[in-house]
Amino acid sequence: MAAETSGPTAGEYIRHHLQHLQMDITTFEGTKQTAIVDFTVVNVDSIFWSTLLGIIMCFVLWRATRRATAGVPGRFQAAVELLVEMVESQAKGVIHNATSRKLVSPLALTVLIWIFLMNFMDMIPVDLFPHIWHTAGPAMGFKDYMRVLPTADLSTTLGLSCSVLAICIFYNIKIKGLGGWGHELVAAPFGDKWFLYPVNFLMQMIEFAAKTVSHGMRLFGNMFAGELVFMLIALMGGVWAFNLNPLSGGFWLGVGHIIAGTVWILFHILVITLQAFIFMMLTLIYVGQAHDAH
Amino acid sequence: MENVLGLVALACGIIVGLGAIGASIGIALMGGKFLEASARQPELIGELQTKMFILAGLIDAAFLIGVAIALLFAFANPFTLA
Repeated sequence: MAAETSGPTAGEYIRHHLQHLQMDITTFEGTKQTAIVDFTVVNVDSIFWSTLLGIIMCFVLWRATRRATAGVPGRFQAAVELLVEMVESQAKGVIHNATSRKLVSPLALTVLIWIFLMNFMDMIPVDLFPHIWHTAGPAMGFKDYMRVLPTADLSTTLGLSCSVLAICIFYNIKIKGLGGWGHELVAAPFGDKWFLYPVNFLMQMIEFAAKTVSHGMRLFGNMFAGELVFMLIALMGGVWAFNLNPLSGGFWLGVGHIIAGTVWILFHILVITLQAFIFMMLTLIYVGQAHDAH
Repeated sequence: MENVLGLVALACGIIVGLGAIGASIGIALMGGKFLEASARQPELIGELQTKMFILAGLIDAAFLIGVAIALLFAFANPFTLA
């Protein structure tokens, strides 16, 4: 690192890789977020990658249904059927209402595959797309920032969990009626006494807020930590930079880069699958809770 | 400035360390109970395993969120910008 005077330091490298490609939706110009919450700023890279992966998922599953046969299924059809049946059986265990399952099971399948695909962007070498963007982006007049992992963006994960909250509220009203749900909101955890209404209502609001925030934060935290560790491992490789002298420290950092990268990617395959599965299960559980009358 | 840097470094260590202790105890308790339960009723292993993985992910999540915050402080420290 010391030899190249123009190279970024470790901190600069990480900070550069943690910066989203952002756009101001009022002026359609590149910008940088300054406030913690700013609804005029859009993370273009997260939206682009999540939409692209969503389209790929829809196309692949659409192909699976077009080519499905009632006879001996091929490998691809068998894999899709396995996945659909797994999600359906999980949904059956949590939601006991067959009409709701018609919407919620496909929703859970979408959540599972979509989040898995978005998480899978973490498996792609951290510098591949940022490096391509490094030459392609500024040439097209964009800023030189690119984060390929949409679920390491708090906006994406909280957007997903807020959508789940909206579906929960929809089912609360649909199953219990507006009056029934309203009554549950003030009477639920402690009992139907007028002096307990404020406490009950407060508890219910805390429950909804905590569910939604932790649902989104859990996925974000896992993917963000994973991405950061991949960046640190990439930094070890950056120090290596074809330093083939075993007596220098840089060479051994390169060896560490390969070992740590292998171990972390193997562990991370488990994490991304597990997190996608947990997000799906919690979606089902929260929607199932909306069906339970207290 | 140096004071802040040192305190943030200590804080990162504490975040990761205490989080790791908590997550380890949680996973150990749950894994032990899972082994006990599956020794008593081997026919429930499949069902319990799914639930165990979900809980492992839930326990791990709090720790990994802590690690993410600690790493963020270590590299893009918001307290030293001011």
